[in-house]
Amino acid sequence: MELNRTELAARQRIVGAIVLGVGLVFVFRLFQMQVTTDEWKNRAERLTEEQEVLHPSRGLCLDRHGELLVTNAPSYDLMVVPRFMAEVDTSALAALLGLEREDLDTRLSKARRYSRYKASPLLRQLNAEEYAKLSPELWRYPGLSIRTKPVRQNVHGVASQIVGEYREVDREDMNRDSRYRLGDYKGKSGIESQFELELRGTPGIRHHLVDVRNNVRNTLTELDSLPVSGNDVTLTLDLELQQYAEALMRGKRGAVVAIEPATGEILAFVSAPSYDGNLLTGTSRGAAYDSLSKHPWKPLYNRAVRGTYRPGSIFKMVQGLVAMQEGVISERTHIVCNRDIIGCHGAHTQDDLRRAIVHSCNPYFYDVMRRGVSRHPDLDKFDNARLGLGWWTERIKDFGLGTTLGGHIPGTRPGLVPDTTYYDNIYGKRHWTYRTIYSISIGEGELLATPLHMANLAAIMANRGWYMEPHLVRDIGGKGKPDALQQRQEVGVDAEHFEPILDAMQLVIEDRTGTGRKAYTRGITTCGKTGTVQNRNKADHSVFMALAPRENPRIALSVYVENAGAGGDWAAPIAGLLVEKYIHGEVASSEREARILDATYPLDPEFAETDMPVPPTNPTPAP
Amino acid sequence: MSSRRLQLTSRLDWVTLLTVAFLVVLGWLNIVSATAEAEVVWDLGGKAGKQLIWMGVCSILMVGLLAIEGEFYIRTSVIHYLVVLALLAAVLVIGKKVGGARSWFGVGSFGIQPSEFAKTATALMVAWFLSRDGRPWRTLATRLQSMALIAVPAGLILLQPDAGTVLVFGGFVFVLYREGLSGNVLLLGVTALVLAVLTILLGASESWYPFVGTSSGFWWFLVALGVLGLGALLLTRAATLPRFRKQTTIWGSILLVGSMLFSTGLHLGMEHILQRHQRERIHVLFGIDVDNPDADYNIRHAKAAIGSGGWAGKGWAQGPMTAYGFVPEQETDFIFCTVGEEWGFLGSAGVVLLFVFLILRVLHLAERQRSQFTRIYAYAVASILFMHFLVNVGMVIGLAPVIGIPLPFFSYGGSSLMGFTLLLGILLRLDAERFFVLR
Ligand SMILES: [Zn+2]
Repeated sequence: MELNRTELAARQRIVGAIVLGVGLVFVFRLFQMQVTTDEWKNRAERLTEEQEVLHPSRGLCLDRHGELLVTNAPSYDLMVVPRFMAEVDTSALAALLGLEREDLDTRLSKARRYSRYKASPLLRQLNAEEYAKLSPELWRYPGLSIRTKPVRQNVHGVASQIVGEYREVDREDMNRDSRYRLGDYKGKSGIESQFELELRGTPGIRHHLVDVRNNVRNTLTELDSLPVSGNDVTLTLDLELQQYAEALMRGKRGAVVAIEPATGEILAFVSAPSYDGNLLTGTSRGAAYDSLSKHPWKPLYNRAVRGTYRPGSIFKMVQGLVAMQEGVISERTHIVCNRDIIGCHGAHTQDDLRRAIVHSCNPYFYDVMRRGVSRHPDLDKFDNARLGLGWWTERIKDFGLGTTLGGHIPGTRPGLVPDTTYYDNIYGKRHWTYRTIYSISIGEGELLATPLHMANLAAIMANRGWYMEPHLVRDIGGKGKPDALQQRQEVGVDAEHFEPILDAMQLVIEDRTGTGRKAYTRGITTCGKTGTVQNRNKADHSVFMALAPRENPRIALSVYVENAGAGGDWAAPIAGLLVEKYIHGEVASSEREARILDATYPLDPEFAETDMPVPPTNPTPAP
Repeated sequence: MSSRRLQLTSRLDWVTLLTVAFLVVLGWLNIVSATAEAEVVWDLGGKAGKQLIWMGVCSILMVGLLAIEGEFYIRTSVIHYLVVLALLAAVLVIGKKVGGARSWFGVGSFGIQPSEFAKTATALMVAWFLSRDGRPWRTLATRLQSMALIAVPAGLILLQPDAGTVLVFGGFVFVLYREGLSGNVLLLGVTALVLAVLTILLGASESWYPFVGTSSGFWWFLVALGVLGLGALLLTRAATLPRFRKQTTIWGSILLVGSMLFSTGLHLGMEHILQRHQRERIHVLFGIDVDNPDADYNIRHAKAAIGSGGWAGKGWAQGPMTAYGFVPEQETDFIFCTVGEEWGFLGSAGVVLLFVFLILRVLHLAERQRSQFTRIYAYAVASILFMHFLVNVGMVIGLAPVIGIPLPFFSYGGSSLMGFTLLLGILLRLDAERFFVLR
């Protein structure tokens, strides 16, 4: 095909049209990108504007007198932007950070997975000393920077079980609450977790323009907001009493719960062995947690609300109260100590209620409950047992037993008060009589209660018939405590019935033959009752519950020392010392104190061979 | 030879020269902003300062070029061409390796890129070859020889490798087209290119289909292609004379079916033959968002910079994307991002139209020549400018593959500026002589 000159010259227009067409397409595209949509604009903003979160200072934890329990201390996170780490000598960096090369590589690749352009933590919670060592070298590594962040400091290292842990959020926390970002901290257990929303405060935001290296180049102030500090939480604990209780329980397993009877406020709350919560922060956390979780004494297990023990002899007082209220017995009822069905100890033959409690007479309370559950002569023994247990269970539960008393304290267990359904399930309907279940009459059998239940029982005795839900928090940010914690819970037993019981409890401590004599404190009328929880092949748990002073009681408490023998040997003197400390402010006899402070297993000489002491619970404390 | 004495100032095409000068100044302003050296413009060690030196050098060069008689360029075309070929060969051996390509001769802190001069030399050579004694395009030998003249330097550049510049050599197809290359070849090539781009772009998108649900957007494209093609075929058939109808139907059908088969084959090949990472690389090349945040990092930042400019931009040296270094190579290949961010739609569309105007102006110069040499050379200049413009701007706005190539007279870089000065200076001198030279 041959073309002439004119035809070829016309091709100029075609080429020109292509050029013009391309130009118009470009203009159209530019119009679309720049004018019709915000997509690219938003993208640019996401890249260049960074919102810096200004962390609010977290609320403090105070004791009932305003003493500082938990405060904030600075710590330093080493942050990395992986993009700038490509040409870094990782072995030199590993040496500087005191990490294994592989460990550093793992951390770097984790950061890279999060984002190549954004900073994420490489090492967390360096203390001031570690930070000082690192900071002069940082300029060598353009991708590394330091972020200061407050950590929690338990000022006296006490009540760590209650305070709980404050540590880094996990994926689940971030999914549940979008406020948390990677590297943020939150309360993960105890008070820290329970009052997270109050303690954390409201973060502020500062807007920055950043460059491609994430360096701040400019600030935009009009959108900024300031952080609002979290609310302080005032606990009901008495710092001195708490410290003293932890000291007395050192080297032992068990629990102490002390309550102010009039308010239900918990004054001391110890699960022994206790530990210093400060060890669970910073770079040492891993090792410390490991050592705590592997320790045979299970220090992380909160015995005060999770340890369930048979209530034993202490329960007999509840039996007495319920029986008197029901009119089954009076305080003057004498019952023969018939040891054919159930054993007893000590020389006595026929006690009244007071003596029966002091002597912890088993046949007495066996018979008290038998009378209570056989009040229908027209019915057979199966129906009598069923009907009797029916009202009995309800009555016992009024004392808080078998319920999640103090349910707002994390981990609380209800223990167990068996009811008719419970026995129907085991034996079948109409297949059980009082003879089947009688061991519960003396606080044994299926009954289970925690140290908190028993301390609350002491508070009921102190108040002569009512209690307030035991609790740990007095005030949050000046708002006081919820109404629910200020309701009197009546147990349905008239106040007059408590006097014979309190007489007996006073005798337990003051009588020459009383089992709780070691709780005696000059100048204070203490009422108490020993308990002994039997263990197969191991020493008994030593238990004591007490209240003091008898008139206008200020403290009600329970003390558990596991595998320590009779209640009077160890639990009673500990209770006595705590009462003295709380009411007098100091302990007069250092001898009496020293016996407890120095003691560790074997506490019961009979089991010297099987119950050897275990090395100190706390991992080597930081200097 | 007084008749050949040239009234240079009156004959010179000032429109073109001023347009180019304006582009250079605009480019320099953007370079200043992009290199964030607004305060130290006069520090000649900085990039903006260096560019200023190059601008001075090129102004002198331009004066020199205009002073030389056009006859000289014509006579020395072959020599230029051979020297450039030698340089291109040498750079492969002794060149400095920068960014994976061996394309630079290092001279102190300045570098020279022979491929920038190869374009001019090849333009001269092709013009000389095709204009010799009214050499007829019609012989097959001439066609193959002229293509070889283009292919040899392009091949050497491909070895560096510098895909962008090779693409620019592809622009010579317009020169050949103007000189007689069948329009069908051009049309077929353009059609295939357009089909390929649309197939890849739409193939990566998601679309809804009745009875099938969501699938690749390609199938809608195929349906549209079939329907529109068929419609066009029927219309064309109706418009042609009856005796040509059969032929039109046959060729049209072949073209339509061929197009559809070509697209389908390309799409299925992309989806099923290529590995995921290979596909991703092609998608990145076409500016399609891929899930891998690192893969298309550069182009996404480039687009974000331009798109964030809005109507009127953020103002000179005010764009955070530019100022804080988010855009890669923002003073050279990605300079248009700075225009987009800081001068907005008005500024960037203005620059686009300025380039369109420049290229159309050069085409206009080409057609007013009596000399065949000058016409062919002018076409080569227009084609080279057009290819640079097409690939560079197309890339940063996500319409063309990501191929590094400077924006003429605008991007930072001495070799580039000098190369384009040479290209244009020679043209302006030749154009100024258009009335009394008949070659
Ligand atoms: Zn007895």
